[in-house]
This record gives sequence, C-alpha cells and structure tokens, in this order.
Amino acid sequence: MKSAPLIALLLLAAPAGADEIWVTNEKDDTISVIDIATLEVVRTIPTGERPRGITFSHDYSVVYICASDSDAVQVMDPVTGEILHDLPSGEDPEQFVLHPDNRHLYIANEDDAITTVVDVETRSVVAQIDVGIEPEGMAVSPDGKIAITTSETTNMAHWIDTETRQLFANTLVDSRPRHAEFVKDGTELWVSSEIGGTITIFDVATQTEKAKIAFEVPNMHPDRVQPVGFEFTNGDTHAFVALGPSNHVAVVNAETYEVEDLILVGRRVWHMAFNADRSLLFTTNGVSGDVTVVDVARREALKSIKVGRFPWGAAFRPAQ
Amino acid sequence: MTRIRTTIAALLGAALALAAPAMAQEVRVQYLKQAVPQPPVLSNLDPIPENLGLQGAILGLEDNRTTGRFLGQDWILMTETVPEDGDFLVAMRTALAQTDLLILDAPAATLLAAADLPEAAQALILNAGSPETALRGAECRANVLHTLPSRAMLADALMQFLVTRRWDRLALIEGEGPGDADQAAALRASATKFGLRIRMEKTWSFDADMRRNASQEVPLFTQDLGEYDMLLVADEANDFARYIPFNTWLPRPVAGAEGLRPVTWDRVMEQWGAAQLQSRFLELAGRPMLDRDYAAWAAIRAIGEAVTRTKATDAPSLRAYMLGPDFELAGFKGRPMTFRNWNGQMRQPIPLVDRGALVAQAPLEGFLHPRSELDTLGLDQPESGCEAFE
Repeated sequence: MKSAPLIALLLLAAPAGADEIWVTNEKDDTISVIDIATLEVVRTIPTGERPRGITFSHDYSVVYICASDSDAVQVMDPVTGEILHDLPSGEDPEQFVLHPDNRHLYIANEDDAITTVVDVETRSVVAQIDVGIEPEGMAVSPDGKIAITTSETTNMAHWIDTETRQLFANTLVDSRPRHAEFVKDGTELWVSSEIGGTITIFDVATQTEKAKIAFEVPNMHPDRVQPVGFEFTNGDTHAFVALGPSNHVAVVNAETYEVEDLILVGRRVWHMAFNADRSLLFTTNGVSGDVTVVDVARREALKSIKVGRFPWGAAFRPAQ
Repeated sequence: MTRIRTTIAALLGAALALAAPAMAQEVRVQYLKQAVPQPPVLSNLDPIPENLGLQGAILGLEDNRTTGRFLGQDWILMTETVPEDGDFLVAMRTALAQTDLLILDAPAATLLAAADLPEAAQALILNAGSPETALRGAECRANVLHTLPSRAMLADALMQFLVTRRWDRLALIEGEGPGDADQAAALRASATKFGLRIRMEKTWSFDADMRRNASQEVPLFTQDLGEYDMLLVADEANDFARYIPFNTWLPRPVAGAEGLRPVTWDRVMEQWGAAQLQSRFLELAGRPMLDRDYAAWAAIRAIGEAVTRTKATDAPSLRAYMLGPDFELAGFKGRPMTFRNWNGQMRQPIPLVDRGALVAQAPLEGFLHPRSELDTLGLDQPESGCEAFE
C-alpha cells in the first residue's frame, strides 16, 4: 500500500494519547478517525470495498472491518492502518459481533442468508448457519451462550446456541430488523425494526416479547421515523436510538420504555458509538456525510464533524 | 405456442427443517399470466422478457419460503402462462380449484372477467399486470388488490416533480400504440390536478411522411410545439420516445416514456437496501428486475406477510388483514407499503428515474395529505368512485 509510509509518518508527528472514534465510510472505502479531544478527523485510512461493520478486538490490538463488496472481513493494525490479513467471511459481510471469548466472530452474510462463525486465530470458518433473508443485526449475550442474527426480509430474530451453533428459536419482529443488543446483564434483548418503526424487547429466558417501543417525531410522517442503530448509557438506564431519515436520535428510558427526548442530528442517522465515560455520543449520518457529537447529559448536539461519503459504522478506541 | 405449466414445490429439505412444528401449514399461490402480442417497435435494445413478472413471483416465493421454514409453512407456487390464443378463463377456473390465492398479469378486461367468475367470489386476486386507473375506480372489484401502481399514480409522481422544479409549461407527444392514449389521458388529468398546463399536443403517427430516421424527423416534428419547459411523451412500448431526447427543436428535457420516467421499479434503485433485492433477482433471473417483476414480487410477499402475521391461509382472513391497519410490507423503497382499504391499491413510493440514476422519489417533499403522503399519488378516496370495498 503506497500511502502506508506516509500514514506512519503522520502518526509519529501526531500527539500520542488521545481517545478515538473510528468511522467506516461506506461509499469512500475509507475509515475516518476522529480525535475525541479535538473533535477533528486526524486520519483517513483506506479499506476494502464498502466498509460497514467495524469492531475492535477486546485488547484493541486489531480492528475488524466488514468490507462488504470485497467479500472479506479485514483485520487491520490500528496503529499503522495496515491490513494484516483478511478473514474468510462468506459473501457480502455486513455486520458482525465479537464473542466474549475474543476469538469467534459471528458475521451476517447479507446476500446469502447465512450467519458465518469465524475463528480469528486459525482464520477459518467454524460454522455457517442458515438464517432468514438479508441477515444484518448481530448480537451476543454477555455470557457468550446466545448469538442473535436479525434478518431484514424475513423479519425475525434468530437465536443461535453458540455451543451447538444451531438455531433454537426464531421470533418475529416488525419489518426490516436492523440492529440487536443484549442489555441488563443479558436478561433483555432489544431489536430495532427500521420499516416497522419500533424496537421490540424480548425476555431472553423465554424468548418472548416483553414490550414494544414506538417512535414519533413531531411534524414528521411516521413512515420516515425509522429506528436503526442504538446504544446504552452507563448502567443500561437509557438507550440512544438512531431514527434514520427522520434525522433524530431518541433517548429512551430503559426501565419505563418511554421516549424522553429527541435530538436533531445529521441526515439519515445510522449507527453510533460512545466515548470512554459515555458522556459523548458519536452518530454516523449517512446522507449528510458527517458525524454528530452529542452531549449525553444535556442531550444536545454539540458539533458536526465532516467525514467521508456515507458514514455507516462507528467504534471507540481508547488512547494507547 | 404450447401451454407452459410449472410447479415449484417448496419442500422442506431435511437439513432445513429446523425446529419446525410437526404439522406443516401449506400455502398455495397461483401465478397466472396472459401472453399478449407485443406491438412492433423500432429498436431492439430492450426486448420484453418472456418471463416478465414470473421471475418476480418466483423470487417472492423464495423469500416467503425462507420465512416459512422457521414457522412450519410450506409454500407452493403454481405458475402458468396462457398463450395469446388460449382461454384465460379456463385456466383461471382450473387454478381456482387448487387455491384461492392468485396473482394475475393480464389486460384489464381479461382480469375483470376472471375476477367476476362465480368461483372467484371468495378468492384473493392480486393484480400485478394492469395499470388501468379504472380498475382502482369505478371498475374496482372487492376480490382484487393491486400491487402494480395505476397510470394515475405514475403521472402524479411526475407532475409533483415538475411542480417542485417549477417547470410548469408542458408539451405532449402522444403515440398511437396500445396504452398510449391512456397514458396521455393520465398525464393530462394529473397536470390539471397539480395546476400545470399542457400548452401544445401532437400525435406521433408513423405514416408515409416519415421518410428519414425517426431521430432525423424529431427536430422538424417538434419545431411547432411553441415555448415549453418539459416535453412529455406518451409511448408505453417506447417505440419512438427513445429518439426524442437531444433531437427536439428547442433544447428541452423529456419525460414520460423516455428521459425522466416514473416507474414502479428500475435497475437504478439501490438505496433503502434495494441493492440486495436487485442482486437476488439478478442471480435468479439473469436480468435486471422490471416493473412487473416487482409487482409480482410485492404481491407474493404481501400474501407472505399476511400469512406470517395472522397464521391464517384462507383468502378472507388474509384480505382482511392486508386491508387493515397492521399490515405493512418492506418494499425497498424507503417507506412501509400498505393497501388503500377503499380500492385495494398498494400505497408505494414512485421512483423517478433516468437511464443512469434515481432522480427523485415521489411523494416529493411538500405534498401533504391528512392520511399518508403516499395518498397524494393516484386516486384518493373521495374521487376513486370505487364502491365495492364498502
């Protein structure tokens, strides 16, 4: 890679020790690295084609990137920005989740209706599990026993036993489920439905629906209020939910399941990541090509940071 | 031509029978198409695929089957194309003996005759082939829902765009092929609805005066259209419309059958997850997905969604659910799609495309409606004249 020495030089020149947010730019084939102290883009790193899902290994020694159109999960050295190798990911990987064992990636293969399990050490496919059409949202329970794939066209959350790597339950949700998260020590599973406009909350022990949250944005037709990515504040007390083309993030009380606030951000807000103490939230806004920085306590947008075209995923990296 | 009959049975493979209940539910859907003679056209560039529509139904079936295998449902799609000289009503009767869930791609008169068969009274028919606005109006039938947009919906989408751009002086060229007069009528009605003016109209008749290439005739033909912002062309088969852009006397954009086209679906759709649907279709059919493929796909997916949510398989229950407030279909056009419960038309965004990109998608911003912005497209309840749904 031609630009690698240059990046290395820039790195040496940059002040060390700042926390960062890494953002994948789906239509630029790059990652924008935002310095959390200065709220500026300090690095732009080339990736494979159409980077979407992004996650760091638990020790932050490598970063995994779903390069969807390269049909690969790329493993990158976050210090040099160099691609170390590709993992065999199955076709069109969109999102993934790293198991608590720090060794197995559960990958949604959007075009193949498959969830692929990859061992990142041996770099081999351990299992492929048939799921619904267009798998996307991926989650794994804190104890590592359950993995979830949501399928956009089949409209289901598929429950995978990570021991046997078999499905043990399939639960319907509203149209186009996009994102899933285990919360409250893994007792609850939240699944967002983009077209349905809801988040369904499951009791994990019984895999039954416990509650459903609907969203409204004043003066906005409900069709355009489309929940996608979401993340939880400290102690899982509140969820911040990206509402897609309504250009708002909703703040949901995770106890009462009520929407408490709406925060105006950039256009077509998609995914998000917190800083270390979760006082700042960074949302990716696909259409406006920027990242909005939200003050979590005051529930206000602080700043927009221009990144690449169609920012999609976001991940936190602590100072090294 | 021989009668083509195929049956695609969605049998559960042993490997796929994941925790499926022992009592599998069987859902049978019939896709029935009337082959119609295609008018001769000047260009060979865009042949109409023989399996137009059918491939969309097959893809929709596969989508339903995937969901069904997690819920213990077997999906069976029966498909038949009635040849040009065949008897559609005989095929319809045979199909009705097998199932009361049908997807039809047939001209309006044939569709109505089929829907009016006594055996079809309790059936659920989805129209995925006829854009006649009257089928959503005075000629509506309680047992027919429509996944293909009406000509009025398409024309309204285009007019919303012209209003937004303030291109309000229009000229119209109307062809003489089948459907051209209806398309022109829809454009006129829609222009009136949105307060635009068609200042000049001409009919394109490929008669003896046409001595050179069509493209060479166009400057002369359009010389007397006067002053206008946009030239509308009504030519459903795209016989001559493709030769109009860049050949007009005045340098003006073209819309309708060529240039900026309001469509149900097009290969340029890639937002809202559409890229996935496109690649699934391309893999299946070996060609891009077209309007009627999409309508057939949406029809079988709508049935699938209703079966999944209600666990019912009978036509009356499914119809009631599809027309009810809880139904919604994710159709890769950015908004949930529902059915108008007063005439059975599927509400859906209408993309405005040219050959290279999506230009805009109606409803455009600012066109408001008390119920749904999607109801700014096509017949609205007070004007529909449909009484069969009361």
